[in-house]
Amino acid sequence: MIEKLKEIVRHRELIITLVSRELKARYRGTVLGFFWSLFNPLLLMIVYTVVFGFIVGGARVSGFENDKWMYALFLFNGILPWTWFSSSMLESANVLSVQGALIKKIKFPVEVLPIMVVTTNMVHFILGLPVLLFFFILFGKALTPWMLFLPVSLISQYIFTMGLCFLVSALTVHFKDIKDILSNLLTLWFFATPIIYTYESVPKALKYVLNLNPMTHIIESYHYSFFFGSLPHYKRFAVTILVGLLFFYLGYLLFDKLRDTFVEEV
Amino acid sequence: MHAVRVHDVFKFYKKNADSHKFLTIKSALVNKTLFGDIAAGERFEALRGVSFDVKSGQTLGIIGENGSGKSTLLKILAGISKPTAGEVVTSGRISALIELGAGFHPEISGRENIFINGVILGLTRRQIQEKYAEIVRFAELEEFIDNPVKSYSSGMFMRLGFSIAINVNPEILLIDEVLAVGDASFVPKCLDKINEFRRHGKTIIFVSHDLATIERICDDVIWIKKGKIEMRGYPKRVTDAYLEYVGKKDEVKTLAQHGEEEKLSGREKEKRWGSREIEISNVRMFDGNDKEKYIFRADEPLAIQFDVDARAAEDDFVFGIGVYNGDGINCYGSNTLLENYAARRIQGKGRVRLTVPALGLVNGTYFLDVAVHKRDGYPFDYHHFQYTFRVTSSHRDVGIARIPHSWEFSDNIAFSKNENS
Repeated sequence: MIEKLKEIVRHRELIITLVSRELKARYRGTVLGFFWSLFNPLLLMIVYTVVFGFIVGGARVSGFENDKWMYALFLFNGILPWTWFSSSMLESANVLSVQGALIKKIKFPVEVLPIMVVTTNMVHFILGLPVLLFFFILFGKALTPWMLFLPVSLISQYIFTMGLCFLVSALTVHFKDIKDILSNLLTLWFFATPIIYTYESVPKALKYVLNLNPMTHIIESYHYSFFFGSLPHYKRFAVTILVGLLFFYLGYLLFDKLRDTFVEEV
Repeated sequence: MHAVRVHDVFKFYKKNADSHKFLTIKSALVNKTLFGDIAAGERFEALRGVSFDVKSGQTLGIIGENGSGKSTLLKILAGISKPTAGEVVTSGRISALIELGAGFHPEISGRENIFINGVILGLTRRQIQEKYAEIVRFAELEEFIDNPVKSYSSGMFMRLGFSIAINVNPEILLIDEVLAVGDASFVPKCLDKINEFRRHGKTIIFVSHDLATIERICDDVIWIKKGKIEMRGYPKRVTDAYLEYVGKKDEVKTLAQHGEEEKLSGREKEKRWGSREIEISNVRMFDGNDKEKYIFRADEPLAIQFDVDARAAEDDFVFGIGVYNGDGINCYGSNTLLENYAARRIQGKGRVRLTVPALGLVNGTYFLDVAVHKRDGYPFDYHHFQYTFRVTSSHRDVGIARIPHSWEFSDNIAFSKNENS
């Protein structure tokens, strides 16, 4: 495994090049350029703020009884990392077939492709952070030193997402219907993660279920270090990192096992 | 020293990739189809025990029919796919020209794509920077290099891809038929570059259907037939054996068609007309040794022969033949009247034979017309497009007819002539 990781590190220039290709190409020809990567989560935030802050809840969302704008901020805080996660998953389901020419026609380290997907989406996420901070300042929310916890959250999310993306990209080559299941699963997963509601507002019985979801703790770590301005629940978070590493290991193991079948099946 | 060693390589594919789609994850895990071996009945054996080695600096050609396993072999050599069994050992950096411009992104400029493609092919950005000017110059794209690749013509696209791949500076170069898509002016340039590689002692493995090029640039040729090496040796010897094999196979096919077409009465009507007062039958072709044959070399003698049957005595009749190429262009036509044979009398059964010392046609499939009619054109029996034959040879000249010729040059013009071209 260590050898394989070294191998991946040796491909870093390739990964960097492909990520910048993706970033350049994605918004080339669109008027707003790379700002689209910010508008998508922003739009999602506005929709949920309107729906849950004004229509359904009538500003009675637990924890934000009197402050719709704080609720919007809380939403954006969670949606931004979630978008990184869900876009990575959806794209990695396609990436091997979309980039089929690379696999079939030249000798190419395939594992670079899901890495490219997760990394590209991470860059979009990072580009979204200044906007988040802008809203913090706009709504008079304090910026705390706990925000420096960000790299830890980032790394743990990267590892967990990467593991799942290895799994998804390898399996979709053989089972095309995973793509369809995945988008539904992600919708479900979105609601099973404290993004549009707070972790605290969940009834005790359901908290057990919520705790089993690694994304709960990852998103919570962003909530804590940004929105709540305090140290994340480090015990839960430490377990999450271990679970993430396990997923990464298993995901890569399967990917590596199936690697030779990609040429023929893509 | 060997640059490439291939030892007893097998490659099996699943025969029906589609049936796979209905698999569930559960059954895949239970039956181990995802990781296990492919059952004997369900597999297509693309390569069946191929062994050979290539000395460093050698140029090896690989020929074979479509589906014989050439491309599979090349992909295995390139490290793109893994052999089912057996071993491939290579020494030195490999560049495979299997698909040019793989990884090009249409939306971004040629300049950026050079860097991306170069990195994909294993160069560092620095190395690409050093070769950048040469890549652009060789691809002849100086003016367009900042335009997005989607605006390139297919020729420009291919030129850029070739230029990058060749500038990877490999020790082993694998080429799969890519030159077949190049524009006419660029192909010779590619061949020059390949020759330059040979002079620099690089190892080249070249897969192609273009036998003349194979004969010209290869030191050694392997003929692969149904996943096995049928023959290896001196290029001319192998390509000749291959041509003969393909010729024989086609001949069987053409002979079979020959038998069939005479039975097809519906089609016969469209292609055959006339009063039948004189009837033509049993049209056959022979080679110089009087052997029935329908595949000829361009310089080979041949004969066209047919039986005639005149029910009543006639004194006005003309025998004629016509040869058409695959485009329906009349390459040659003549008849006894045009050649001043004045008809006197025909009655009962007889035979007509036309002998050609050398065919003088370029490679291709031809149709033969045979007819007997009156001087004014009134048809007795006209067989139009009824018979086919083929001309195959390693000559690569084009046109309608092969005009006998030779080149002469003054002393200040120098060529190194390859014996086969």
